[in-house]
Amino acid sequence: MKLIPSAALLAAFALTAGLAQADTVLSVLADGNAETVAALDALTKAYTAAHPDITFEIETHPGGADGDNMVKTRLATGEGGDIIQYNSGSLFQALDPVKNLADLSDIQANVIDSFKTVVTASDGTVRGVPFGAAMGGGIYYNKKIYADLGLSVPKTWAEFMANNEKIKAAGKVAVAETFGDTWTSQLFVLADFFNVQAEVPNFAADYTANKAKYASTPAAMRGFEHLEEVFKGGYMNEDFGAAKFDDGVRMVATGEAAHYPMLTFALGNIKQNFPDNVNDVGFFAQPGPDAAKNGLTVWMPAALYVPAASKHVAEAKAFLAYVASVDGCNEMIKANGATGPYLIKDCKLPADVPPSVADMLPYFQNGATAPALEFLSPIKGPALEQITVEVGSGIRPAAEAAGLYDQDVEKQAKQLGLPNW
Amino acid sequence: MTRRQRNSGLIAMAVAFVIFILPFAFTFLMAVKTKKEAALMLFSWPTEWHFWDNFTEVIQARNYMLLLAYFNSTVITVAAVSGLIVMGAMVGYVLQRRPSGWNKVIYAGVLMGLIVPPAVVPTIWVLQGLGLFKSLTGMVLIQIAYGLAFSVLLYRSFIATIPRDLDEAAIIDGAKPWAIFFKVILPLLKPVTVTLITVQSIAIFNDFTNPLYYLPGKENVTVQLTLFNFQSQFQSQFNLLFMNILLVTIPPLIVFVFFNRQIVAGMTAGAVKG
Amino acid sequence: MTRRRSPYPYWFVLPAAVVFTVLFLVPTLASLWFSLTRWDLFTASFIGLDNYRQFFKEPFLVQGLVNTVIYAALTSVSKSVLGLLLAVLLTSGILWQSFLRAVIFFPVLVSTIGVGITFTALMHPTRGAINIGLAAIGIHGPAWLSNPELALYSVAFIDLWKGIGLATLIYIAGLAAISPDYYEAARIDGATRVQQFWRVTVPLVRPATVTVVTLSLIGGLRSFDIIWATTRGGPGFASDVLASVIYKQYQAGFYGLATAGNVILFALIALIILPLTWWFNKREIDL
Repeated sequence: MKLIPSAALLAAFALTAGLAQADTVLSVLADGNAETVAALDALTKAYTAAHPDITFEIETHPGGADGDNMVKTRLATGEGGDIIQYNSGSLFQALDPVKNLADLSDIQANVIDSFKTVVTASDGTVRGVPFGAAMGGGIYYNKKIYADLGLSVPKTWAEFMANNEKIKAAGKVAVAETFGDTWTSQLFVLADFFNVQAEVPNFAADYTANKAKYASTPAAMRGFEHLEEVFKGGYMNEDFGAAKFDDGVRMVATGEAAHYPMLTFALGNIKQNFPDNVNDVGFFAQPGPDAAKNGLTVWMPAALYVPAASKHVAEAKAFLAYVASVDGCNEMIKANGATGPYLIKDCKLPADVPPSVADMLPYFQNGATAPALEFLSPIKGPALEQITVEVGSGIRPAAEAAGLYDQDVEKQAKQLGLPNW
Repeated sequence: MTRRQRNSGLIAMAVAFVIFILPFAFTFLMAVKTKKEAALMLFSWPTEWHFWDNFTEVIQARNYMLLLAYFNSTVITVAAVSGLIVMGAMVGYVLQRRPSGWNKVIYAGVLMGLIVPPAVVPTIWVLQGLGLFKSLTGMVLIQIAYGLAFSVLLYRSFIATIPRDLDEAAIIDGAKPWAIFFKVILPLLKPVTVTLITVQSIAIFNDFTNPLYYLPGKENVTVQLTLFNFQSQFQSQFNLLFMNILLVTIPPLIVFVFFNRQIVAGMTAGAVKG
Repeated sequence: MTRRRSPYPYWFVLPAAVVFTVLFLVPTLASLWFSLTRWDLFTASFIGLDNYRQFFKEPFLVQGLVNTVIYAALTSVSKSVLGLLLAVLLTSGILWQSFLRAVIFFPVLVSTIGVGITFTALMHPTRGAINIGLAAIGIHGPAWLSNPELALYSVAFIDLWKGIGLATLIYIAGLAAISPDYYEAARIDGATRVQQFWRVTVPLVRPATVTVVTLSLIGGLRSFDIIWATTRGGPGFASDVLASVIYKQYQAGFYGLATAGNVILFALIALIILPLTWWFNKREIDL
């Protein structure tokens, strides 16, 4: 009896050994963020240690729209390599996954269901595995300033603005904005989605079906108005138009500014550049009109995919199965620390998480989270970041901007060939 | 030298110092600072000089990516400029020497080449069809295709200044067309060739957009792409970013120092008579 | 009598013609077709003139068009005027003449990205050297690249800074081609320096002017690198030009739309450059 399985094992070993002679090099295309590279390095090293016949070649691409473009072009031309790290949700859908990405449905055993939905192609197959931790979109705050001025974490937008007023009166920058990296300007609009959904539960579906618009839905327009109010209040840093993401992180970490609206992945940057200030930074969800209905808008992490044109689909899938296991998850936590909850079953965060992560966890534990709109609807207008820069710089009023964004969305919907548009 | 000439020189130098030299001084000073000091972006004297540290760090970044980039950029530049010289001169020669109905077609092509913005994605398709996408050969041919119009114009007007008697003497000697061109004409084109080498090699070496599209891949990286990639990687490391700027500016600088005196000569005869 | 083969054979044109046709003309013609499709790189479906309609509906396009024309006019006029003045100065035998020539040509050698990074730092509203310098003499400098009213002009300035060396060089070459006899004759007629400039230099340096204006106008209309390396068309859409609008459509994956934009840009350039060239040529014959 005992002989048979070991014979099978031997045969399997012989088979892998046979493959091993090929000494496969898997090419990985990923964004150049320090955290991404650190996690990939850790994962691939650990994997190569266990499977010496598989080695990796990591290539990075610029972030933002330039990177999106590059990934799309590579996939379209069959030059995607073996593994691609890329966003989940609407950006994933824009890759035409049925055609361009390999089916990964059979390695999802450990993946939490909510993540599977954001990497599921139109034919119902799952095409990616989670890479990294879930993120919240909200507001980082400097705990020292809050303590010095005796402020408490706001639960409504009105309280938030009242805090801003006190901070300004104390001669500090209340809100750090960094429009030098245009994408950062979208936060007040995108992170408000929990509040939108709390008030208009069908917004995502109606919006996708061309029935709801930003300009005609007061709850949805509020995000634009908030941005406008913050500008008009004069709460922003003087160099808001030129400052970059790194500056925003510095300002809130070192107490140059009290708030910085951002995604929680910024913690990685704080740890790297301002390790002494990690405990000075807290986090809260973007407050809405009603304290009773406040919660966190959540971004799913990026995913790893295998291009269908890869010559090493089997090997790449084996590696991705490892990434989507508890071991892989722990390896990522080791590399980057716990920046948020991971989407792998039984992957526990260490107990000593930084305050900004601890501030985020209750929202998850209490179920007070909603996915960001880009995970519920395939449509996200490409010009949003320019429009929010305009609102945040006082160039265009909120109402007009919302209308303009609706037009931008229409263009995207038409390009995607959605019904009703 | 008159007093007027001296005074204008002094004033011009003062203005040029502020407008042109200070930005370069800034670049240099940033490149030798520490990470912390450079992050302040102040125009100040570095408290500590870290020239070699920054230099080696940039060179070693991403597994000596910059050295590979130097190699690739040099290959592309040398090959494309050689192609532009030969092909541009040949077309300019026929265009100037042999008036015919075809000239209109050629001029139309040249004009298109000057003003039509290249269609990127269809070009990728064509390159793929030829198996040249992602290859240095493909990149060289693209640079030639995009630079031809300018080269043809430059050569055509310069060839107009070369007396026909020269080719005719060679024809009577029984020389073949290619021999006349390569042995008689091409050597005479030296001044304008120097201009072309300078202008085009700087343009191609410094080109960023075309390699970004047509030459993806880590092994194909060019110097401007390293700058672009490092811009996201070194977001908080301005010292390294500026060191990189400094390093990628050196090859064009060498070309310029080498050909400086001859450029104007070539221009005088060529470009301005167009 | 057999016709002797021409010493200027057409096969000389062949290598260039093949490269140019395959890698430039074919893609350009293909783009005319793709501009009529909804194209996501994977599939192209014919949608007639919808892309062009959409492009003209694009709220930022009108501003982009106006900006393109302002930018091109500003850079080409300033390059030709300043280029000529500098060329005159740098051929008048002033102190340190050749060093000064090299100094103003130096920015031409630096890549656009490098220049963009440097000026983004120098023009930073609070920490940039320019505003710190201005503050030292009591002026509160503006946000050069992030003030919507100023951004386009700041970028045009950077473009001028980078390109003036080449314009000056072309003018220096043009001036060198003017025979000293003309100045001699003018001096004998009692013309002042200013009169010599207007009556001799300006008319006789015309070929160089044509070159500088045409090249910098085409460059200005197509300008993209320097804008992308500094403002990316921002803040908002304030410094967007046609080329950056197109690029953004391209980035967003609207390949058909981007290609249609390319065709529109081509039409705009042709509309401005062709009459201008024709006018330049006509004047040349008049002379």
